[in-house]
Amino acid sequence: MNRDSNGYTFLFATIMVIVVASSLAYTATSLKSKQDENVRKEQMQNILSTIGIETDRDQAEGRYNEYIKEQLSLVKDGSIDTSVNAFNIKLATETKKPIEQQRFPLYIAEVEEAKYYIVPLRGAGLWDAIWGYIALEDDMTTIKGAVFDHKGETAGLGAEITQQWFQDRFKGEKIYDAQGALVGINVSKTNNDPQDLDKEDHEVDAISGATITGDGVTAMISERLAHYTPYFKQNAMAEEPVIDETESEKVLEEAKEETTIAYQN
Amino acid sequence: MAKDNTPTQKPSLFFVNKEKEALFSKKNRALLSDPMDDNNPITVQVLGICSALAITVQLKPAIVMSISVMAVMAASNVIISLLRNLIPNRIRIIVQLVVVAAMVVLVDQILKAFAYDVYKELSIFIGLIITNCIVMGRLEAFALGNGVWKSFLDGIGNAAGYGFILIVVAFLENFLVLENYWVTKLFLMLLMQWVMKTMD
Repeated sequence: MNRDSNGYTFLFATIMVIVVASSLAYTATSLKSKQDENVRKEQMQNILSTIGIETDRDQAEGRYNEYIKEQLSLVKDGSIDTSVNAFNIKLATETKKPIEQQRFPLYIAEVEEAKYYIVPLRGAGLWDAIWGYIALEDDMTTIKGAVFDHKGETAGLGAEITQQWFQDRFKGEKIYDAQGALVGINVSKTNNDPQDLDKEDHEVDAISGATITGDGVTAMISERLAHYTPYFKQNAMAEEPVIDETESEKVLEEAKEETTIAYQN
Repeated sequence: MAKDNTPTQKPSLFFVNKEKEALFSKKNRALLSDPMDDNNPITVQVLGICSALAITVQLKPAIVMSISVMAVMAASNVIISLLRNLIPNRIRIIVQLVVVAAMVVLVDQILKAFAYDVYKELSIFIGLIITNCIVMGRLEAFALGNGVWKSFLDGIGNAAGYGFILIVVAFLENFLVLENYWVTKLFLMLLMQWVMKTMD
């Protein structure tokens, strides 16, 4: 057969595409369960690392079951929906639903009598999605630890949010101000606090050259935490009944305003 | 006599009508060793510089990257060599690209399933093996015109030449940190080039 004829060329291309596509599809589907398992265990590792527990992947599941006491799916008003497994909630698809149908996963960990609230985060960086977890101490305002990850931020710049030194800056910062209003944490370029000694300023030092990724982290924290404010207020109320309903609504509205502003940037 | 008429050896599948060559004859050994020194893809041919600069920060990713490139190059060289009499000349670059891309996706999927940490660390660079000039360069220059075994050796040899530089630079960089990151890289690359020139 003439190798330079159009017919042969088309035939060759067609066969090649079919063979390549089917073999790749076969590999992808046959390895999927192993890959999903890796992702699931990594999620457990990430959740544990916010409360200062580092494990390798093999032990992740055991230690996760040991420390994580509750997995709650919260509704917008702060009540708990028991029909949904919080661990299986994928924020990427969940945030596209109408707000009433969204469920907000919350993990409650107990380590040596201390209680921690772990909130999953998801937002947008410069190129693609960024996500992470943030752990609050039992005052529900001081950050115990945070981890961040990303899909396609610039290596050496935005991708540095996955580094320990950046995540350590969040430790001890407070997400609510003294009046109980949600402020979040601002990843700031004008922090003037490179050692991060001021834990009351709701600010951490940004990464040079990663402005938009940093803004994404700021927006992500205040946007996600705003949804948990009703729950936190209700539970704080159970312990010290000072804050009334109207105030918590006001807080939520303020938080919403802040989110919109962050997105406009 | 009848015995004289029978051919001394059967024509093999890949080396039709050729004298049988030892698997590791001098020529074949040169295919492996040449890319290590005087025909090194990075320092002499100046190919694959992009990923070489990016991956040489730490030793472990450098090693995994080298192994990945080796797997991709050996496999795609063999496939192209097998198909070399079937590939229509006009779309040969596209065919090469498809083969390399398919191999890279395979490596990517396998790492994701069996070496997840490394997969996360190398992330986009695995995908960028597709654009590594060494891979396409060897397919076009060697595999299209040579037998399967030779192409396999050539793929291994060139990937080893690439990996050798990666690992040495990554190793040295752990000790030597100059003021500027890129100056360090450039210095190390030039140093390697000089060492190879003087060794000849």
